[in-house]
Amino acid sequence: MAKTATKPSLKKLKQNFAEVHPPLASDEARAEAARCLYCFDAPCIRACPTHIDIPSFIRKISHDDLLGSAKTILDANIFGGSCARVCPTDVLCEGACVDNTLLKDPVQIGRLQRFACDAAEAAEVQFYHPGQSTGRSVAIIGAGPAGLTCAHDLRKAGHRVTMLEARSVAGGLNTVGIAAYKMPTEYALSEVDRILRMEIDLRLKHPVGGSALAGLLEEHDAVFLAIGLGQTAPLGIPGENLKGVHESLEFISQTHTVALTKCPIGRQVVVIGGGNTAIDAANAAIRLGAESVTIAYRRDEASMPAFTHEYELALDSGVRFEWLSKPKRIIGKAGEVSGLRCIRTRLDGKGRKAKVVAVGKSDFTIPCDMVIKALGQEVLHDFLSAIPKLKLDKKGRVVVDPETGATSIPKLFAGGDCQKDAGEEVVNAVQTGKIGAAGINKMLT
Amino acid sequence: MNDRSQHDAQAIDLSIEFCGVKAPNPFWLASAPPTNSEYQIRRAFEAGWGGAVWKTINQEPIVNVSSRYGAIDYDGRKIVGLNNIELITDRTLEVNLREIANVKRDFPGHALFVSLMVESKREVWHDIVKQTEDAGADGLELNFGCPHGMSERGMGAAVGQVPEYTQMIVEWVKEVARTPVIVKLTPNITDVRATGRAAKQGGADAISLINTINSVMGVDLDTLCPKPEVGGLGSHGGYCGPAVKPIALHMVSQIASDPEIRLPISGIGGIQTWQDATEHMLLGAGSVQVCTAVMHYGFRIVEEMISGMSNWMRKQGYHSPAEFVGASTDRIRTWNELDLNHKVVAEIDEDKCINCGLCYIACEDGCHQSINIEQVPEKEFLKAHKDGVDRTFLSGTQRYVHGAGEGYVNRFTINQETCVGCNMCSLICPVADCITMIQIDNGKAPMNYQQYQEGLAAGTISKIEPPQHA
Repeated sequence: MAKTATKPSLKKLKQNFAEVHPPLASDEARAEAARCLYCFDAPCIRACPTHIDIPSFIRKISHDDLLGSAKTILDANIFGGSCARVCPTDVLCEGACVDNTLLKDPVQIGRLQRFACDAAEAAEVQFYHPGQSTGRSVAIIGAGPAGLTCAHDLRKAGHRVTMLEARSVAGGLNTVGIAAYKMPTEYALSEVDRILRMEIDLRLKHPVGGSALAGLLEEHDAVFLAIGLGQTAPLGIPGENLKGVHESLEFISQTHTVALTKCPIGRQVVVIGGGNTAIDAANAAIRLGAESVTIAYRRDEASMPAFTHEYELALDSGVRFEWLSKPKRIIGKAGEVSGLRCIRTRLDGKGRKAKVVAVGKSDFTIPCDMVIKALGQEVLHDFLSAIPKLKLDKKGRVVVDPETGATSIPKLFAGGDCQKDAGEEVVNAVQTGKIGAAGINKMLT
Repeated sequence: MNDRSQHDAQAIDLSIEFCGVKAPNPFWLASAPPTNSEYQIRRAFEAGWGGAVWKTINQEPIVNVSSRYGAIDYDGRKIVGLNNIELITDRTLEVNLREIANVKRDFPGHALFVSLMVESKREVWHDIVKQTEDAGADGLELNFGCPHGMSERGMGAAVGQVPEYTQMIVEWVKEVARTPVIVKLTPNITDVRATGRAAKQGGADAISLINTINSVMGVDLDTLCPKPEVGGLGSHGGYCGPAVKPIALHMVSQIASDPEIRLPISGIGGIQTWQDATEHMLLGAGSVQVCTAVMHYGFRIVEEMISGMSNWMRKQGYHSPAEFVGASTDRIRTWNELDLNHKVVAEIDEDKCINCGLCYIACEDGCHQSINIEQVPEKEFLKAHKDGVDRTFLSGTQRYVHGAGEGYVNRFTINQETCVGCNMCSLICPVADCITMIQIDNGKAPMNYQQYQEGLAAGTISKIEPPQHA
């Protein structure tokens, strides 16, 4: 039996998973809000995929109208509280902030957004209510951020909504796909609850296949497809089925669905991949008590797709990086992982388009008892290909009208990660949900 | 001409003589809470203040209420304005006089004036003047300005708002006074020159202004009580602090330029910094008095004031404050004397612009619609911008541009054809020296309003056309 890491105490684990960005105290928020210049045609609004009126919500914080501030945020983005916590603000609103140029330091928009949303949460304000019934009904497949946003907006317009969700919890990757040190499970679920108060018929553990779509389209006036993506792509190397090989999203998901003391964790962990999910998995592994965590990535530091702030967090957390390392084989002992065999690579060409070339006789082994695969999710090919006449792009994602979310099939709309050009973040999914709801509403009224 | 090194080493003497009273510098404390006691004034003089006006004394101590002060903050900055409903001294005359004597004995080189306010009876005024001078005061300041409380009892502003009363009481005081008499004027009057002239008529040796301005600081939005609040009620109080400086400067300049007055002025109102003090002095104040800034930060601020004014004097080539007191007084004229042909327009330094758009929206909605907005594609913007590298950053495999969004950056330019030169954009711009006002040579000789009217009447010039673009 493989040695397992000495598990940290629950107290220690909770400390490890404490939020990376704690809330602002009210004096901090006031001082930070005072920094906002209240730009005209503000770059931050344009940089936000949901176009939250950021200068306005910050000005409302300055002037002690926290509920008004929260409403400005939620009007544009019903997941405003989650996005405040998990958005890569460095590369969105805060990246666009003109204070980067003036003071070399942007206004902390994300933390201010959280401050306002938390105030509304604490006041238990319900800003939105179902609209007067139109007698129309819409089915939504997938209760992630895109599906829930769409449901929320359709309920505001008075349409009946039935949501079908395969998982046992709602919220999709916003609930289970984001490392808990960025956002606690309870918060993600509380935000889902707020949306569900709009009288949405949510059916959990209710997986549907692509073949069921025809029936849904017949039964409802429209269907919104927000099924997200599937499993992490396989490595296609020997040893993938050994005990101790994990899939990154499932690994992260456990930190939300299983007690932290019961999450499996190795002593020496290797994460394969160079994206944000790889970093999340590595950060989660080190917080769960792994003695060493190494990220093996076939390209170099400069070509890593993970955001700089995520990479820096990993470095600060003590994650090691093994660049130019292409996994060749997962080595096992008695059916359990004992190491990762890699080959050294070199890059032929420049940037992301550079070819990865294996260097001869450069094999080396990283000893480990846990391997986490984080190569990026694959599309739900089986589901989508079972829908006749649904137009997909080369990568197998659903093609939609960017203005309405309409697919090639009448009455069928789509949003979220399953859709072409959706973008990776929760905030992108929310925007596609808004667009889809508006498109459906326009069609129905 | 001094060379630079000599100039830098030039000794600066900040000492002044104000109607015969010498002081090591022009920075005095106004009659107010910081000058309530010997303890405080000792601390002040030790910290470097050149003089002080003892908080207004009276035959009998008054009683005060609690609370007493209210403030306004502005977008995160504390106390841009302060008001108070505190009255004059709440200590006995005997204690005040003894402490005045103590301070004067230990600080003979500092200016110590004493503020007086008593009921409007000739003998009472005579008594307090004699007692105060016997205690060793260098001079007297008559408080004809306190706007709250005392005015309801026929003192303070009740006197200062009626020129005849002002003159009468100054005359009583001057009948017995052996030291210089400053009359402190209230701004709560239509034309401060009326009381200034009355003070002069009465024989005043100097004028100080402004006293505080009538004010209600606000209303508590939870309790609906006014601020400051005393048992659910409030009362109008005296407003002071940085926000009142422009009002004070105007009144100081009015007194300084009035040919009927011609008295030394002690400038009061909104002085927080050496710049504020210098501006008061350029408009005619021979000394300045400070209260709110000290109440906010303590006596220690005088060190920065001394340093700042000394360095400014070095830069300007002044050796003594007397050389610049009143240097700008004559530059304040009637509107009719201003040159209608003087033309400035705004100019934006694109390299410094951070693309916030504040100038644009201010001009568009509040001014004269003379700023152009143009959406420049991100790539084009970076190529054209000499600091393009500083405006971008990489994260992961993506590049982001500060000030951009949806693929473009707003570029702002001035339409100098229609710009009226109002200054607004340059006042708003958060970047130093990004928007400047530049003078346009329009080839026209100076012409003020009077000359314009005369020219029109004589038919020698044509009418100035109204702006066409609005």
